[in-house]
Amino acid sequence: MLKRSHYIALGFVTVIALVILNLPARTSARLKLALGSLFLPLFGLVGASQQTASKVADSLTPRAELERQNELLRRENQQLRVQALQFSELTRENDRLAKLVAWQQRRPEWKLKLARVVMRDPANWWRTLQIDLGSQHGLSNNLPVLTPDGLVGRIQSVSLTRSQVVLVGDPRCNVSARVENEVRDAGIVGAGGPFDTALVEMKYLPRTAIVKAGQNVVTSGEGDLFPKGIPVGRIVDSRAAEFGLYTEARVKLAANLPGLEEVWVMLK
Amino acid sequence: MNRLQPFLILLAAFLAVFWEAAFSGSSGWLKTQLDLLPALMVYASLRSNLALVGTLAICGGLFFDSLSANPLGVTILPLFVVGLAIYWRRDLILRDQPYAQFVLGAAASAATPALTVLLLLTAGESPLLGWGSLWQWLVMTVAGAVATPILFFVFDWCERAFGYQRVTETSFRPDREIRRGRN
Repeated sequence: MLKRSHYIALGFVTVIALVILNLPARTSARLKLALGSLFLPLFGLVGASQQTASKVADSLTPRAELERQNELLRRENQQLRVQALQFSELTRENDRLAKLVAWQQRRPEWKLKLARVVMRDPANWWRTLQIDLGSQHGLSNNLPVLTPDGLVGRIQSVSLTRSQVVLVGDPRCNVSARVENEVRDAGIVGAGGPFDTALVEMKYLPRTAIVKAGQNVVTSGEGDLFPKGIPVGRIVDSRAAEFGLYTEARVKLAANLPGLEEVWVMLK
Repeated sequence: MNRLQPFLILLAAFLAVFWEAAFSGSSGWLKTQLDLLPALMVYASLRSNLALVGTLAICGGLFFDSLSANPLGVTILPLFVVGLAIYWRRDLILRDQPYAQFVLGAAASAATPALTVLLLLTAGESPLLGWGSLWQWLVMTVAGAVATPILFFVFDWCERAFGYQRVTETSFRPDREIRRGRN
């Protein structure tokens, strides 16, 4: 039998846990941020030590190698400028034609902001990470997060200096997407498995969808959460689901989620 | 009780949660985030008092949930239930034996995430679960089992190194020494 002191302790801790669990959402979020900010000095320390290590590594790189890399980057920069010019010309032409056919322009202007990944979710049953940008940098909830390879996720909560990103594959991050095939079949990219973070499920594809391995999956732009055309991944395989009501496919994500160090946040 | 012990245990909990969030090396090749809080709870419940077990459950749980997407406070009860169960029977446990520490570490590391997921499901959350979760659960259990005797070794060493050691009286008395010789 438990002693009286055991019962008192169990009751006390249970009451505290229940009170904290039943706090109003706003108070709970504030308390969470306050507690999380206790770790900020340690994260700052880790960031500073990583920067020092990279500076030391940079100083050890031979001058000839740096000059070669510089030259390569200069050429790449020139190529990208030329491409950007071509694309701006195409955009102008597209806008002009859209005006001619009297289409309403709904496309918002997006700006990109680079953020550093400071930590990952310590629990195995969520796929989230935190970045070093917050509301003071202009971030707000539900902004898309991506890398040059593809979509990463969306901002779930924002504090002054940090934001929590819920990754593609987490049950709380559903992405409206299209397969790049002839009919551009649309579906929802949802949760993946807990084990392989690179694979996610694409559900609710039409029953007649012609989905083949290797086809690209991009965001469809529906729902106004993610802009159209961001690469999500490639089809691995597909099968009929729910007695043939719809097709579902496994998608290998384009972005390397376990190896993320820096991400881009799209600001409206 | 040594005054340094509660401080060391709570500091270890803080650093353990930080390590889990900042360095995800194990999640790359083991595909699992390791959790050291259950191992710490085993140490606290075998070497300390009930107040510290409760404090560790509350602080450790809050630290963990503040960096996770868990609802705040959901990890407190699983940690405390595990700690209380060990504390309740600690007089019957061979607490200095590494084998016993290993088994208790395994049990605590298996029970804590299972209870947390159960609470999450009860609260209407939809955590990411599947067959792969069994592998993660197994890895967390084994890692917790291995970490527990190591934690005992480290904390016992810290206690010996920094804590107050009681001076034991010697039975030697110079006035009762038998002197041998010709005088």
